[in-house]
Amino acid sequence: MIDQILHLFDVYRLPMDRWIRALVDWLVGHWRPVFQAVRWPVEQLLNAVRDGLLAVPAPIMLILLFVVGWRAANWRVGLFAAFSFALVGFMGLWEELMVTLAMVLSAVAFCVLVGIPVGILAAKSDAFFALIRPVLDAFQTTPAFVYLVPVVMLFSIGTGPGVIATIVFALPPIVRLTNLGLRQVPKDVVEAGNAFGCTPMQLLWKVEFPLALPSIMAGLNQTIMLSLSMVVIAALIGAGGLGVVVFSGLNRLQVGTAAIGGIGIVLLAMVLDRITQSLARKTGIPGG
Amino acid sequence: MSKIVVEGLTKIFGHNPRRGLARLREGAGKEQLRRELGLVVGVWDVSFSVEPGEFFVIMGLSGSGKSTLLRCLNRLHEPTAGSIRIDGQEITALDRRSMVELRRRRFGMVFQRFALLPHRTVLSNVEFGLEVQGVPAARRREAAREALRLVGLGGWEDSFPHQLSGGMQQRVGLARALAVDPDILLMDEAFSALDPLIRREMQDELLELQARMNKTIVFITHDLDEALKLGDRIAVMRDGRLVQIGTPEQLVAEPADDYVAAFTQGVDRAKVLSAGAIMQPVKAVITDRDGPSTALHRMRQNGISSIFVLDRQRRVQGYLTVDDVVDAATHRRPLGDYLRRDFQAVTPDTRLDRVIPLGAAASVPIPVVDDGGRLRGVIVKGALLGALAASGGDSERGEDPERGVAS
Repeated sequence: MIDQILHLFDVYRLPMDRWIRALVDWLVGHWRPVFQAVRWPVEQLLNAVRDGLLAVPAPIMLILLFVVGWRAANWRVGLFAAFSFALVGFMGLWEELMVTLAMVLSAVAFCVLVGIPVGILAAKSDAFFALIRPVLDAFQTTPAFVYLVPVVMLFSIGTGPGVIATIVFALPPIVRLTNLGLRQVPKDVVEAGNAFGCTPMQLLWKVEFPLALPSIMAGLNQTIMLSLSMVVIAALIGAGGLGVVVFSGLNRLQVGTAAIGGIGIVLLAMVLDRITQSLARKTGIPGG
Repeated sequence: MSKIVVEGLTKIFGHNPRRGLARLREGAGKEQLRRELGLVVGVWDVSFSVEPGEFFVIMGLSGSGKSTLLRCLNRLHEPTAGSIRIDGQEITALDRRSMVELRRRRFGMVFQRFALLPHRTVLSNVEFGLEVQGVPAARRREAAREALRLVGLGGWEDSFPHQLSGGMQQRVGLARALAVDPDILLMDEAFSALDPLIRREMQDELLELQARMNKTIVFITHDLDEALKLGDRIAVMRDGRLVQIGTPEQLVAEPADDYVAAFTQGVDRAKVLSAGAIMQPVKAVITDRDGPSTALHRMRQNGISSIFVLDRQRRVQGYLTVDDVVDAATHRRPLGDYLRRDFQAVTPDTRLDRVIPLGAAASVPIPVVDDGGRLRGVIVKGALLGALAASGGDSERGEDPERGVAS
């Protein structure tokens, strides 16, 4: 008796693992078409973006990058972006860089496509917000690695599933900040919109959305940063790009290889951050 | 026909507000509703009407329900009960689309904190109402420029709101409301956020604009001086109820209750009250054809020492003192030879601050005449002083032994 109490956990084993396996088996067995249907558009976009990026000759890409950085922020950011990408290219990782960039861009595109409408709904309906809030919290607090397990089971491995894991991981900030931005629009400005006879759609697009845009852009920035961290981790489930360089370097104890992969990721992160941050500033209220 | 007719308007905030309605009808108080049902009464059984072209001021302290009342008029707040008719059309029954249409065509609104769109230029802000209506860009830009000129902001079209001072921002707010050419302007504490100097300037300009445009204006304020200065009529609200509606003079001269009286206590009454409000009927006059005996008889009968002489149209010709009449009787001379013309008449709408200097100088009561010069009444010194005392002069006036003529 005493022995049983002391070794409490040997008395009973909760078969959670078997339950989950049963659930996943059932999901895969019955819902496979659904998961394939989710995977399809993601992979289409991903492949298109990747092929597009890789089709552009590197020098032209660098010039484009300079122009984007310059228009979005200033010539220094443009120069920094072009220089960073060139450095990664000279380290021999141009293709990996483009793949990672393609993954981030497609993941972010889906986050925006899903996240902003969900954020708008959440701002308009307290009930809906109460419903999705725990889901957002769960997404955000679950460690990145934990995502990979169900993703692999439901979508199998590869770059496409990697992007799906990234979408799920990076979605919460843009939903949250869209919701927050819309809720923070001053009440009297909304009243003014209504008083002058806005329809709900006019109110959203002419008044609320523009005023929420700085907040939404901040959400976009966070979403981009989160997706970059996730596309690297997604290398674990067979996604391509710079993450692969880091992991293979680690596995083979090739410090140099792992390090240049890491440097490439950091530079990409800095470039994306600079550009989206100044975009967020530019969409801000003049003077406010 | 009245522009706006409000009847039995009630607005209760909270979950399922109709529950509160029944309790209110049973005689429950505001506080009771809050405790028992968790409902907040914003406006409670308010009725009034506003005439076309009228400047109607709703005054009350914060929490009196005045802003709620205003927002019920264009249904930014959905009324819980009661009726609102604009030009005879019941608007509480309108569906959402018709209501949007009504807001676009009939109402312009100005807000306390301006409520401009910070990401748009001044011009684009003023265009907003027309843009929402789907007016083509060229035409709405034209109308917006015109509205900006009207409020004295020509040349600021391309600035952003944050580059403007508070007073200028509110001009933009006013221009935005005027650009849609509404018949009704709703102004919610429109000048309360401005500093006093700018505020007075804006009030003057609004009055000037109103004289030209003749809109129906419903203006909310917590400031009595502002209400008295702007309002053709003022509605005083307290705890969601209407306490009194009246002209500025009526509020000051005949406050409905202690609340209004306390409110109006500090007012410079001379600037609000007019001669018409304190004049008294004339007890006795004579015509230019009457003789001295008639005059003496009337004066003796009413115990007065001087009397006004009128012509056949009741126009004031002058006055006679008792000495003049006695002298005329003894020397058998016509009264016309004695007629004194050193009086100064005022009209009923002359403000008391302009009557006071006359009263101080005059030895006889001040005649109040209408536009045709016909005698309407007189102001005696006692009534003048009584009216200026904050307590109001009704009782003193009634007992004034010198009512009529003389001093």
